Amino acid sequence: MSYEEDLYKEIILENYRSKKNKGAIDGADFHAEGANPSCGDDLELFLTVKAGVIERMTYEGIGCSICCAGANLLCESLTGRSFDRAREIVAQFKGMLLEEQEPDFEDEISDLEAMQGVKKYPVRIKCALLAWNTVEGILNNAE
Amino acid sequence: MRSSLSVDKTPSRSGLDIAKIREDFPNLGKSMRGKPFVYLDNGATSLKPRQVIESEIRYYEEYCANIHRGVYEFSEIATEEYDSVRSKVARFIGAPEDGHVIFTRGTTESVNVVMHGWGRKNVGEGDVILISEIEHHANYVTWQQLAQEKGARLEFIPARPDGSFDLSGLDALFEMPVKIVAVTAMSNVTGYKPDIKTIIDTAHRHDVPVLVDAAQYASHHTVNVAELDCDFLCFSGHKMCGPTGIGVLYGHERMLADMDPYMYGGDMVVRVKRDTSTFKPLPERFEAGTPNIAGVIGLGAAVEYLQGIGMDAIAEHEAHLIEYTLSRAAEFPDLVSYGPADHSTRGGIFSFNLGDVHSHDVGSILDQEGVAVRTGFHCAQPIMRLFGVPGTVRASMYLYNDTDDIDMLFEGLDKVRGIFNR
Repeated sequence: MSYEEDLYKEIILENYRSKKNKGAIDGADFHAEGANPSCGDDLELFLTVKAGVIERMTYEGIGCSICCAGANLLCESLTGRSFDRAREIVAQFKGMLLEEQEPDFEDEISDLEAMQGVKKYPVRIKCALLAWNTVEGILNNAE
Repeated sequence: MRSSLSVDKTPSRSGLDIAKIREDFPNLGKSMRGKPFVYLDNGATSLKPRQVIESEIRYYEEYCANIHRGVYEFSEIATEEYDSVRSKVARFIGAPEDGHVIFTRGTTESVNVVMHGWGRKNVGEGDVILISEIEHHANYVTWQQLAQEKGARLEFIPARPDGSFDLSGLDALFEMPVKIVAVTAMSNVTGYKPDIKTIIDTAHRHDVPVLVDAAQYASHHTVNVAELDCDFLCFSGHKMCGPTGIGVLYGHERMLADMDPYMYGGDMVVRVKRDTSTFKPLPERFEAGTPNIAGVIGLGAAVEYLQGIGMDAIAEHEAHLIEYTLSRAAEFPDLVSYGPADHSTRGGIFSFNLGDVHSHDVGSILDQEGVAVRTGFHCAQPIMRLFGVPGTVRASMYLYNDTDDIDMLFEGLDKVRGIFNR
């Protein structure tokens, strides 16, 4: 596959452009910040939780298309999940990009597999994972 | 900021034979991502000519020995070669004495040697360190940390929105208790070349010394520290066709005499008693331990190489390239370039953004087209704040670049538009 198909396929560009999960949440239950100093990516995540389920999740900040697409996909796939399930999805996504794990996401979040091509471009993996690494700080410290 | 000039594509003004120069650089014949390699990241490091690579190989293969120590022939040859480079560098920058040239690991270390050796001794509470917002982190963070340690404060030479200096109020800045000025001779982001001479002369009228960060400037221009009358000048070998890990600190004798060594150890002492030591004179006092001998020898070959071509011709060639680049940029209405519009104040650096595409995406697509550029904030976050952007794409040129390289850059930018505008 060409780099256009790996890095700049339609699903990634759509997620990059999507405004649906962009912006801060006033009074969010959880908030975390993450940055990739070498490329200037800088994100904040906001989560509200109701009855143990992530009710709404947004991101704000500056990043390249891969970084923002990764953040938007994260928000899309964790909304409506328990923290336990959220941890599993994060582990599976990171496994897809950092290890040899073949992705097997449920249909509803199968768009996550669109990011698999990023794996071929080692410098961009940290872009794709910035939001995912950042959310781990919240998920791993929450009760 | 855009030029509407129409420029002749042939860079003949400088008289450089670019095709012949390119043959000296083995890297230029390679391909990257399966495409002919176009190198436009010279602000980060330059490629190395065969003459430099071979000089290092010769040292390692033919007379490898430590310097200033051995009593045998190869150590004598290595010592002679090493010391002769100091003379070559001194002549290259117009230093009156070889001993005023100190070898370091690079510009960053050179600035740090001054900060530790002169700054910690001479800067105190309430003092001002005058720098600018267009500095590289090497010449910014170093002074910021000293200010924190001493209770001194940073003040800034005023910069206009395009990153050039407004020197109209320069004299009045010295009503503050300024202890040292540390300023770049060429911005690594915009290629802007401030009027260093005016800054130095003004500072000296107030008895304030000036450190010049010439990391970008020295590789592209003739430097004469005696004419400039700067107190310190810092630059790196690897940006001027030399090896990595070798740099230069030039210091005026009166400044070096007032400086403490920043590292202690072998090769810098005359006599070591139980509780005290006496140190060698300049410059060895500042070069503790076995130095980067191969790096120094490579730097000597780089200086000879550049002098053989001529620094003025190199500067003129790059002035032509930046003019051509800015004229091509004018074809892209969605391209914003950063830096002063006046070409004459700029070296061969072109920083820009394309529409709202993140610089990392632009760089990534250019990479796939074989074009190497730098993206992000270029170790210069203060100037990014001045421009109000998180980063830029930077194409930086050198003697072996030609207008074909620039055309390849713009072809790549067409590709970026194709991907992001679909």
